[in-house]
Amino acid sequence: MALLQISEPGQTAAPHERKHGIGIDLGTTNSLVATVRSGTAEPLADTEGEVILPSVVHYGESGEVLVGRKAMALVSSKPFDTLQSVKRFMGRGRADVGSDGYRFVESEGGMLSFETAAGAVSPVQASAEILRVLALRGEQTLGSNIDGVVITVPAYFDEAQRQATKDAATLAGLKVLRLLSEPTAAAVAYGLDSGDPGLVAVYDLGGGTFDISILQLQKGVFEVLATGGDSALGGDDLDRVIVEWALPQHGIEAPDAGLYRTCLNLAREAKEFLSEHTEVEVLIPGQPTLTLARQEFEGMIQALVLRTLRACRRALRDARVEASDIDSVILVGGTTRVPLVRASVAELFGREPLSSINPDTVVAVGAAAQADVLVGNKPDGELLLLDVIPLSLGLETMGGLMEAIIPRNTTIPIAKTQEFTTYKDGQTAMAIHVLQGERELIADCRSLARFELQGIPPMVAGAARIQVRFQVDADGLLSVSAREETTGTESRITVKPSYGLSDTDIADMVRASWEHAEDDMQARQMAEQQMAANQLLEQLQAALDADAEALLSEQERAELEAEMQALAVLRQSGTRQKLKTAVAALGRSSEVFAARRMDASIKQALIGVSVDTLDSDGGLG
Amino acid sequence: MVISVTQAAADHVRRHLDKRGSGLGIRVGVRTTGCSGMAYVLEFIDAIGPEDEVYEGHGIKVVVDPKSMVYLDGTELDFVKEGLNEGFQFNNPNVSAECGCGESFTV
Repeated sequence: MALLQISEPGQTAAPHERKHGIGIDLGTTNSLVATVRSGTAEPLADTEGEVILPSVVHYGESGEVLVGRKAMALVSSKPFDTLQSVKRFMGRGRADVGSDGYRFVESEGGMLSFETAAGAVSPVQASAEILRVLALRGEQTLGSNIDGVVITVPAYFDEAQRQATKDAATLAGLKVLRLLSEPTAAAVAYGLDSGDPGLVAVYDLGGGTFDISILQLQKGVFEVLATGGDSALGGDDLDRVIVEWALPQHGIEAPDAGLYRTCLNLAREAKEFLSEHTEVEVLIPGQPTLTLARQEFEGMIQALVLRTLRACRRALRDARVEASDIDSVILVGGTTRVPLVRASVAELFGREPLSSINPDTVVAVGAAAQADVLVGNKPDGELLLLDVIPLSLGLETMGGLMEAIIPRNTTIPIAKTQEFTTYKDGQTAMAIHVLQGERELIADCRSLARFELQGIPPMVAGAARIQVRFQVDADGLLSVSAREETTGTESRITVKPSYGLSDTDIADMVRASWEHAEDDMQARQMAEQQMAANQLLEQLQAALDADAEALLSEQERAELEAEMQALAVLRQSGTRQKLKTAVAALGRSSEVFAARRMDASIKQALIGVSVDTLDSDGGLG
Repeated sequence: MVISVTQAAADHVRRHLDKRGSGLGIRVGVRTTGCSGMAYVLEFIDAIGPEDEVYEGHGIKVVVDPKSMVYLDGTELDFVKEGLNEGFQFNNPNVSAECGCGESFTV
């Protein structure tokens, strides 16, 4: 018997046509699922009443898989077979990570896998297990199959990380309606999408990560203006502060791992208690009781909180807005319950943050609301959510230079086309090297993919017209196509890069592009001059080979060749300015030769054509 | 002619109305669609039409249009839990047959 939910007026679905969408917050530490019932988006609990599913997956010797609390219980006894924080490894290669307490193996394409008792397990497979458990919970709660799912990802996730998340969903047998950025989901949960246009800041302080996002809402569309944060800063750090305050008072200098873990748990409880009370007693087993006042605790964590505020200011700068321009501030993540965090955020933005929705579940609730719209339950739901790409996407041009096609912070979905041409006479193929990054030289950028466009008809250099199209879909996945216009020959690739990047990598790459702006500019100009020199030398050599004997005297030829030789040397060792002067000089020196070739070819063309015919046609006059 | 609401159903309707932030109550009705003839309508209401009949049970307004009333007379709206699944259920004495899933019915 299907149980019914209340619909909006006039929107009762026909029987069997009600679609079921769920929203999943696939988190580093915890994951959860939510859905819309009777017009209300709510997180769903399991049979034991628990909403939060720890993002922990255990693989046993006989192939059994445990997810959540049961897996968590095995973290210390079976550390290699019990995977935590797999989100950090999504879309990452072996080269991107250290040991992190796991046994890694490299699989196909440089992707990383964990070696467990049940064999090699990729982060995608482990994530799929988490998704499966949550989807099943959704199915049981809704009493029907799931038609689609919205999964949230950090706003800074790159193409590889997004693709890995989608792959995990596919593996779990779920249809992804779309990936939604976490801050956007939080804003949707508060219904800001149906409110007035404005700027929204989402301050997300979780257990182990901090993210700040600045969103702009316009005509029902969210655009991520900037993101920032710290992937190694969270509530766990506050717990550690308490432990490091308590242990020395008991004269304990080097606690063993077990004691330290116990202390961390006690510290977390103390921290949570201090969010509601002004004082807490900290009792480490076998030691006298210590009392920690909220004020003292706030003094100890001040520096950590200030770090988050600095990241907020950077994000504001990146978004080119002032703190006072922000219309709403949303708190996400359990750590935002700490009064000092709350007060500091309120002070920075000059307004009280929104916190009426449980900060642990707000992202999943927003994803569920979005899933309900996308699955088709609200025909008038016009909500389109936009994200930005975190790093510029472009391709390699001659001379090893990066040509950005889609600049960083462009909102997606987006498609851009740029025309390129051949560099050499008779060139029939073109290599397309797709890059990501902010630097001028390709060596400083990240290589995403390479492919070739074949079958370009032979033409002189610069005559072919190759349209290169970069398209990034709503989920941040990039496809690149190259098309030769005269023949319609086309070649394309969808980038599923084998390596991902962390937010700190992205931040580093962006920062490096600022620090090296001057070097990069010079490197680019140098490379451009080298290319000009190459091109001139090649063309001139071809011309000499063809016509030197007929058109140049021995001495003229020797002079030109000597000058070419000098330029070839300068190309490797000279400065940009000298190279530029030399290219220009050789250009002038070869003018006479070029003029004679021109005359010769016109004469060739005119042989056998009478002067009368020329005149009657208007001729060459 | 009468429609009733159980305490559990009334509590959940009230909770959803509070969350929604507006609405006068709920509308129950039937529509002639579905694999087995008729289907239930269960919606929030923002306005009551002149032809609507209004009932009240445990403080919740239940509105029925006259056309639906004939199929719903004596119906009790309940809220039930089946494992993790929970939702509203029409206990309708007029029903003679239901499709397998119960989303549609005939009288």
